[in-house]
Amino acid sequence: MRKRSLIPILYIAFLMLPIYWLVAMSFKTTNEILSGFSLFPQTFTLDNYITIFTDPTWYWGYINSIIYVTINTVLSVCVALPAAYAFSRYRFLGDKQLFFWLLTNRMAPAAVFALPFFQLYSSIHLFDTYLAVALAHTLFNVPLAVWILEGFMRGIPKELDETAYVDGYSFPRFFVKIFLPNIKAGVGVAAFFCFMFSWVEMLLAKTLTAVEAKPIAAVMTRTASSAGYELGLLAAAGTLTIIPGAIVIWFVRNYIARGFAMGRV
Amino acid sequence: MRTENQRAWFFVLPVLALVAFNALVPMMTVVNYSVQETFGNNQFFWEGLGWFEQILRSDRFQAALGRQFLFTALILMIEVPLGIIVALSMPRKGIWVPVCLVLMALPMLIPWNVVGSMWNIFTLPKIGLLGYFLNDVLGINYDMTQQPISAWITVIVMDVWHWTSLVVLLCYAGLVSIPDAYYQAAKIDGASNWSVFRYIQLPKMKTVLTIAILLRFMDSFNIYTEPFVLTGGGPGNSTTLLSIDLVKIALGQFDLGPAAAMSLIYFAITLLVSWVFYTLMTKDDAE
Repeated sequence: MRKRSLIPILYIAFLMLPIYWLVAMSFKTTNEILSGFSLFPQTFTLDNYITIFTDPTWYWGYINSIIYVTINTVLSVCVALPAAYAFSRYRFLGDKQLFFWLLTNRMAPAAVFALPFFQLYSSIHLFDTYLAVALAHTLFNVPLAVWILEGFMRGIPKELDETAYVDGYSFPRFFVKIFLPNIKAGVGVAAFFCFMFSWVEMLLAKTLTAVEAKPIAAVMTRTASSAGYELGLLAAAGTLTIIPGAIVIWFVRNYIARGFAMGRV
Repeated sequence: MRTENQRAWFFVLPVLALVAFNALVPMMTVVNYSVQETFGNNQFFWEGLGWFEQILRSDRFQAALGRQFLFTALILMIEVPLGIIVALSMPRKGIWVPVCLVLMALPMLIPWNVVGSMWNIFTLPKIGLLGYFLNDVLGINYDMTQQPISAWITVIVMDVWHWTSLVVLLCYAGLVSIPDAYYQAAKIDGASNWSVFRYIQLPKMKTVLTIAILLRFMDSFNIYTEPFVLTGGGPGNSTTLLSIDLVKIALGQFDLGPAAAMSLIYFAITLLVSWVFYTLMTKDDAE
């Protein structure tokens, strides 16, 4: 048993090393970073974080990212719920083809869509808005949400629906009052995944924004290129991007394994 | 059993409208560009299938495609077995389970450009932890910006770091769904560890493993941000994977025709391989 637990410990240590290094860097001064190697920060400083929290271009990057991620998550889950219900409960003309077509959008390389998306959203005057990024990210988040929710809904016996109709529930009332509470976990997991993929995606988010809705990633790349190479500042900005993910993951920790299996276990 | 009901289409309509807007319009734009030549000023000339022929024959595309397949094959060969091993040795119950799960999932929640920056900082010679350790402690000559081999190893290790947990979590989900009675029966029969794995654990993991391989294939085949931030495709073109090359042509050189043709070929390959995995997976679902 002791020997067996060595593997997860080693694996987690491997995962934590680069993260530790990023965090350690963020507390170092630029001088210390450039002067040579040190395992722990010698002159512990919070300057990098102070810069980020006092400069509007920096902290607006985070706020912008969080706004479009939230819009995207709400939108994706709301449209995916009825569709997933249809796929899990009914057979209809072209259902299998439609399901696969939805999934193909999850497979499309973002690089393929970067330029056409730029032109599409420019032409409808949505370029550089939160809505543009949120809508663009539904391309891969909606199929994923449908897939996850469908997996969870399939686990709910059909008798539940039938009993509710016998009891005189109308469909909308049944869906909200009875069905939704039963797939709470699924909705949470789907929302988590939408949040996750919208938060980490950068190519489309950067392509579709210029000033107003600029995500944190774009702010970071600009810093890396223009203001010399301020590694400490870059590390602090990177460290801060880990925090929202760590918070949301804590909420779904009990369902995360099942969620990654798309409810298909 | 699901009942036949054509009105179910109404439930699917919102999704359909949204995804169609996002997928069909850009896709048609790409198809349009792929058969035309432009000299700017919004003037377009019919080009037919010329771009497709040119791309398929070009050494540059073939080299990028080769690198892409090599990359995807390598990361699948490392991540899948490693993921299974870690999942098998994880605790099934107790307070350590959520801790393990959260820590393991953490790399997947870091924005992709930050992953690239993080590994860049981690591997810098003299400054980075790994770069310092390899160069100054072990005495290995390691510099990602100069040596193609070092760059490749770094990109692979970065992806293993980033995504192995996906395989772990999926396999783990399959493993915890096995009832204790199976293990007890195996114990009574005196089954070896290997036969427990082969006849109890592996069959239970089959569906989730297919999902894992499908997701890992799609995402590794489409990978862009992490290697771009880490190596920028270099040194030379050694780590220029398909997406990096495509963005170079489309947004860097603004060669719309070839870029569009390349996009379609690229998408078709992803689609074809994913479809094979998907049919395998849904066949399991039906059983």
